Amino acid sequence: MTPLELLQIVIFFGVLIVLTPLLGGFMAHVFAGERTLLTPVLRPVEGIIYRLSGVNATEEQDWHGYAIALIAFNVLGFLVVFLLQLAQGALPLNPAGLASVEPALAFNTATSFMTNTNWQSYAGETTMSYATQMLGLAVQNFVSAATGIAVVIALTRGLARRTAHTLGNFWVDLVRATLYVLLPVSLILALLLVSQGVVQNFNAYTEATTLMGETQVLPQGPAASQIAIKQLGSNGGGFFNVNSAHPFENPTPLSNFLQMLSLLLIAAALTNTYGRMIGSQRQGWVIFGAMLTLLAAGLSLMLVSEYSANPMFGIAGVMEGKEVRFGITNSILWGAATTAASNGSVNAMHSSFTPLAGGIAMLNMLLGEIIFGGVGAGLYGMLIFVILTVFIAGLMVGRTPEYLGKKIEAREIQMAIVAILLPSAAVLLMTAFASVTEAGLSNRANAGPHGFSEILYAFASASNNNGSAFAGLNANTPFYNVLLGIAMWIGRFGVIVPVLAIAGSMVGKKTAPPSPGTFPTDGAVFAGLLIAVILIVGALTFFPALTLGPIVEHLLMAAGRSF
Amino acid sequence: MKSIFIALRMLVVLTILTGVIYPLVVTLAAQAVFPAQANGSLETRDGVVVGSSLIGQNMNGDPSYFWSRPSAIGYSPLPSSGSNLGPTSATLAQTVAERAAAFREANALPEDAVVPTEMLFASGSGLDPHISPEAARLQVERVAAARGLAVEQVNALVDAAIEAPQFVFLGQPRVNVLLLNLALDEAANG
Repeated sequence: MTPLELLQIVIFFGVLIVLTPLLGGFMAHVFAGERTLLTPVLRPVEGIIYRLSGVNATEEQDWHGYAIALIAFNVLGFLVVFLLQLAQGALPLNPAGLASVEPALAFNTATSFMTNTNWQSYAGETTMSYATQMLGLAVQNFVSAATGIAVVIALTRGLARRTAHTLGNFWVDLVRATLYVLLPVSLILALLLVSQGVVQNFNAYTEATTLMGETQVLPQGPAASQIAIKQLGSNGGGFFNVNSAHPFENPTPLSNFLQMLSLLLIAAALTNTYGRMIGSQRQGWVIFGAMLTLLAAGLSLMLVSEYSANPMFGIAGVMEGKEVRFGITNSILWGAATTAASNGSVNAMHSSFTPLAGGIAMLNMLLGEIIFGGVGAGLYGMLIFVILTVFIAGLMVGRTPEYLGKKIEAREIQMAIVAILLPSAAVLLMTAFASVTEAGLSNRANAGPHGFSEILYAFASASNNNGSAFAGLNANTPFYNVLLGIAMWIGRFGVIVPVLAIAGSMVGKKTAPPSPGTFPTDGAVFAGLLIAVILIVGALTFFPALTLGPIVEHLLMAAGRSF
Repeated sequence: MKSIFIALRMLVVLTILTGVIYPLVVTLAAQAVFPAQANGSLETRDGVVVGSSLIGQNMNGDPSYFWSRPSAIGYSPLPSSGSNLGPTSATLAQTVAERAAAFREANALPEDAVVPTEMLFASGSGLDPHISPEAARLQVERVAAARGLAVEQVNALVDAAIEAPQFVFLGQPRVNVLLLNLALDEAANG
């Protein structure tokens, strides 16, 4: 690694830290309904949206009402994307003449985009028409991200309000997240990406005659508008098959930098929004610090591993699956960020990383997508661990655990455990099932432990709503499309519903002033304890599975074994 | 029940906003301000589209052109793909050994010459348009001989084709193979 590459990493995190309070402060104003720079333009649009959809914006919902509205909206969104794919062959905006999508794949893809996973069993340029990409997938990119943001805002209100009953209005939070945050930033990012060479048109595919006289068909389409929200909304579903490794999707080092930044930006800024809404930015920075520490630790290990020689080739810095314009460092930085952030877009093929670099990518997902995580989803997942940590700290000193002056009781802990256990159980049980069935085993591209890693990675990615893959695995089979689809539903709503339940029970509690015996949650000690709890829970749950995949592969690689 | 009707109307409204208006606004702005980029950065010669400066081409086998990286899909973009072979793949190990031998032989390099790693391994997209400046230099003598051009002249073309890191600190130096080959054709014809 050169000093210049190290500088890229430092500048990257520097810019992220500077932007966090800026965007975080803006979002705090937006969700409180306060005036911002965009209010004069967007407030009338917001009013029109409420009128057209019949929403009473002044009416607040309790946690049941909030959850019902959220689930109704998401299930309906799933159905629309599902049906759109089945009908695509008969619909306009399909210049490549692509056929309708078969039902198992359509189920998987609709689930995938609705749950903010964006796992891709398909290749965009040969499967999805422009109509499906725009009206189905891109719309879910926006609203699944806005759904995640809404949930964390509701949870934050649950913690911040005293002896209240309601958590806000789902429709208002959904519309404000989309209109004030996601749309304006996407618009700017999309144009910056086009300036670098990302395509944005409705042309038919272009036939070129190469210098060797061969015909090369170049795909086209409205890519930049979709890629902007794909990154900002922690979606990650590529317009093209190889996602942001495709030169039309990510053409230059600058487009790469902007896309990497935007895949962490909103999740990072929400920690600051959270801090402001509960009245202590420090609390937000402690959570940000814990996330950044975990990300930096994983990134360092991945870099060391990738820059160490693979004895099979006698080469350090293997370029398999990587692009020259990004090189090793930017491929690994992206790989760490995208698996930590539940984004799932890739600019290099993770399957070809060294075993430990691929293993850390898996661990980032398996910890529950809380290292920044998905927009909203990362922070509410992290707050589950915060509650767990407060509880454990309370047990150690023998006091009733409190967070932000509110007592943590049995119901909150039960719900927290459900939210942690459901996705983890889905990963382990489904991986085990796939590993002993012919339908699960016959689609691996690599032999040996790497083949097992392909399966484990797939279920880790789906259950935690990440969406990246060890893409050698041919997941476009009924077996994987259905099983991974189910994992995505569990990973999304198996966490959202318990989180809203916690918000609902916390919002009614009294707030007690801190006493000398209160364990402070706004310092480095708490951050350290939080990290320890996350790693212990993650290690206890997944160490055996990781041993069978990346760890044993690393040891065998060092011994010179190949498969 | 009320929630379902609101959900339906909200989905329609947000679909129009984010699925129709937003991509149309981006398309109009992109076509107005950056038309070349928005349409795929196409390269034309004598009125014929010869490719995109962002998409690599299969040049391997013709000694009179600079060669691109290995590609898992032979630079055929529908669909894009990498090999996804893992770090302990025996297939990959064998392929890499063959590629190293072939590159050394084609460019008359000694047995122990180090071949730049991007020429041994397939890219993630299968469409990588770039190689490193070192990989271009190693091909200069072969190309010059095949074209009957002076080595210095071809070297100068490579020098002119090297793209520096963006804004000094982003990315690494690289050579766009298609643009270099177009420049080469022009030099040979001119």
